[in-house]
Amino acid sequence: MAKAVDLSVPSSNSKIRVHTGLFINNEFVPSVDNPDPINVFNPSTEEFLCAVAAASERDVDIAVAAARKAFRETWGKNVSGFERSRLINKLADLIERDKQTLAELECLNNGKPVKIARDFDISDSVGCLRYYAGWADKILGQSIEIDHKAKIAITHPEPIGVCGQIIPWNYPIQMWAWKVAPALAVGCTIVMKPSEITPLTALKLSELVKEAGFPPGVINTIPSLGPVGGASLAAHKGIDKVAFTGSTITGRKVFEAAATSNLKKVSLELGGKSPHLIFESANIEQAANWAALGILYNTGQDCTAGSRLYVQDTIYDKFVPILAAKAKELVIGNGFDERSGGGPVVSKTQYDRVWSYIESGKKEGANVLIGGEKRSEPGYWVDATIFTDVRSDMKIVKEEIFGPVLSVGKFHTEQEAIDLANDTTYGLAAGLHSTDQAQCHRVSSALEAGTV
Amino acid sequence: MSTTTFTYQFESQTFTGNVSFPTGVFIDGKFSAGSKGTTIDVINPSTGKVVTSIAEGTPDDVNRAVKAAKRAFDESWGLKVPGSQRGKLLNKLADLFEQHSDELAALEALDNGKTFNWAKAADVAASIGVLRYYAGWADKIHGQVIETHEDNLAYTRHEPFGVVGQIIPWNFPVMMVSWKLGPALATGNTVILKPSEFTPLSALRVCSLINEAGFPPGVVNVVVGYGNTVGQAISEHLGIDKVAFTGSTLVGRKIMEAAAKSNLKNVTLELGGKSPNIVLNDADLDLAINWSVHGIFWNHGQTCCAGSRIYVQSGIYDEFLRRFTEKAKSLKLGDPFAKDSYQGPQVSQIQFDRIMGLVDAGKKEGATVHLGGERHGNEGYWIQPTIFTDTKPDMRIVQEEIFGPVAVVIKFEDEEDALRQANDTLYGLAAAVFTTNLTKGIQFAHKLQAGTAWVNCVNSLQPNVPFGGYKQSGVGRELGEYALQNYSNIKSVHVNLGQVIQF
Repeated sequence: MAKAVDLSVPSSNSKIRVHTGLFINNEFVPSVDNPDPINVFNPSTEEFLCAVAAASERDVDIAVAAARKAFRETWGKNVSGFERSRLINKLADLIERDKQTLAELECLNNGKPVKIARDFDISDSVGCLRYYAGWADKILGQSIEIDHKAKIAITHPEPIGVCGQIIPWNYPIQMWAWKVAPALAVGCTIVMKPSEITPLTALKLSELVKEAGFPPGVINTIPSLGPVGGASLAAHKGIDKVAFTGSTITGRKVFEAAATSNLKKVSLELGGKSPHLIFESANIEQAANWAALGILYNTGQDCTAGSRLYVQDTIYDKFVPILAAKAKELVIGNGFDERSGGGPVVSKTQYDRVWSYIESGKKEGANVLIGGEKRSEPGYWVDATIFTDVRSDMKIVKEEIFGPVLSVGKFHTEQEAIDLANDTTYGLAAGLHSTDQAQCHRVSSALEAGTV
Repeated sequence: MSTTTFTYQFESQTFTGNVSFPTGVFIDGKFSAGSKGTTIDVINPSTGKVVTSIAEGTPDDVNRAVKAAKRAFDESWGLKVPGSQRGKLLNKLADLFEQHSDELAALEALDNGKTFNWAKAADVAASIGVLRYYAGWADKIHGQVIETHEDNLAYTRHEPFGVVGQIIPWNFPVMMVSWKLGPALATGNTVILKPSEFTPLSALRVCSLINEAGFPPGVVNVVVGYGNTVGQAISEHLGIDKVAFTGSTLVGRKIMEAAAKSNLKNVTLELGGKSPNIVLNDADLDLAINWSVHGIFWNHGQTCCAGSRIYVQSGIYDEFLRRFTEKAKSLKLGDPFAKDSYQGPQVSQIQFDRIMGLVDAGKKEGATVHLGGERHGNEGYWIQPTIFTDTKPDMRIVQEEIFGPVAVVIKFEDEEDALRQANDTLYGLAAAVFTTNLTKGIQFAHKLQAGTAWVNCVNSLQPNVPFGGYKQSGVGRELGEYALQNYSNIKSVHVNLGQVIQF
């Protein structure tokens, strides 16, 4: 299955050509031994888009061997930082050139609106590539004083080697850029497994990798089922480092596989149940805007989504209706419709998952303030849903939903807010709104999260 | 205010094409005549003839430029523009340099006399690399967050100075533009640049590229004028917060003095050198000879870090001198635009006279002219590659920077003595050692009192490795991350988050 397919762009005469093979050594090739493809769907319409090759373990071996050869011969220490910088900048230029096409393809496969994919996801991706292109010739070690006589000591930062990268389906292009940019900048080669739900833009970007002039084998793209390709990368003895973005549950498996195989380096970017605190001194209008954005952006399919909102009791009755009104303003619809500010959730599996949480919220006694009702039309739609009167032990409060579903609670004192916020096994992000500077500092210090 | 256009038809083995671009005093994105309406002649050192005249900038023009630069800093540059945008514009400027490489190289060859091939492969290529390197830094200007105690948030900000003055020399005209603009613009400063009055053409060409790249007006201003008028005005200007100078140590002192007397503006200087090049008995002789030739004869010896004092250990002295001389003899002097020329003329009559004056002093003081020592040809400012031997340490040709294709080759016996002689200079810009014993090479590098120590190479620079002088060769470092410090004002911010005091 190394053929190309042409996908139609809705409400236009254009078509987007997608190569459906595995991208190894700068060529699209079929799987060597897996005849079963991955079927790719449009979440706005539930329609089949195309089938792409699914990498088997053997394909992963081939891709890893290609990346290793490139690391030994044409990349790694064989290429200067200046040259790496030039190539990464060139790739950024090409993505910028093709941003409309890439945005349309992203919309077809992921559902997010074209204009958001283009002006946010892709713009951010281009910026990210350019940022790391700038670092490529600035990888500094240190010279360290020993005794000025018998010994000089220097630290020499070196590329780790072949990196397996496993990315999710919520920001296909952007996650691709966040992974490839720094890895390439320091001289690593890559075997990239895009999500089997959203492989198309990664395949399209692979064409640009070749056009930019990266030597064969530097970046390889192998769509694959998680339990096959993902597991294989995590356990592969020929890979020096695995980077994974996705759910915490899968992250554990990656970590474990790395440990039991060759102790490869691991970096994980996992889930969150990020708290959002609104203190009484906050600018209510602005805070409501941010709170709405926090849970609705990307239809809530964001690891840092502010999915638990805690409002100080003195402003609760004023704040919540304002928030609800703003949330209702978001138009969730087909991404090719200019009016859409958000799209569907990405797949049937996600759709079922999010709705089961909504049902559980109702069952456990939370109050549905807005949303909570399924649409009848085709497409994996979830409208903005806000639960109030929540308790800490409810599933909707404890578990990551990954949809536009917000739980709203109340607090009295600052310490209570902090305790509520930190009462989670997650710690990806946290937000607070206050015009009291000292409070802002105190609370941000106290919040146990990687981004405040 | 009228502008003039410089038009020139190039027709040669290496470049054939027409250039045409506006010249003048470049302030606030526009070209104009200088305030006095006077002009400076631009002379082609290959012929000694005037090629064109360009507007002479004056202290009044500097005042006008400072106003424009200040306004631009307050409104459309500095911290009003994110680093990523500053980086984008610097990259765009690099793209334009690349698109116009041939043109810029041809202007260098015409104005400075260096060969077109060297100008393109070295000067212009390096300029592009430097601009791109600093483009990459623009969005990575980081201060620190420093732990003190929980009631206190302490951090540093690296802010741009504001308006900076930059005075550059004639030996690498366009490359010096890139070394100066790169870090200054990346960090958010606005600039008043004074190119050398001897070689203004490439900098003037760059002015149009600055506009084309999209820098807001006033961010870069270029005022061609004399050192004692425009250079002095910049150094003593109360509205300029920092001055960076590359040139002679003599003038560097004047700049530092003017800065001290006016507003104590921050000063960085990249000055002269008399860099030693030590060749040990166990050197790879081929390597040492080829690099040594590059060390003193490249760019006609008009390089601040030239390896102009060559110390050769006695075991290989005769062999080295013989083959070094052979190589020097084989260098092709000729028209900068000819395909096979290695060396063009010196940049000006003044420089020619100065170099020949020192050569004559060498002869008078009793050194042996082993090779050269005379003018080459009878048109333009060519000087023969010259080698002096049998020198004494106190001779002028051993002490003073000649800045021409004149090497002094000195025999030594003992390594410690070579090191002592090498360091026995007011200068400290660079130094080189040739040896196949790497441990020894590194030990020498550590003991040489120079800002750049080369082991088994000379005159070899990279955009990301710092460069600057010990002792009277300068203050501060250019290139690399270090150059950012030259253009950053460090502010410490202490935010009290709860500490209460009583009286």
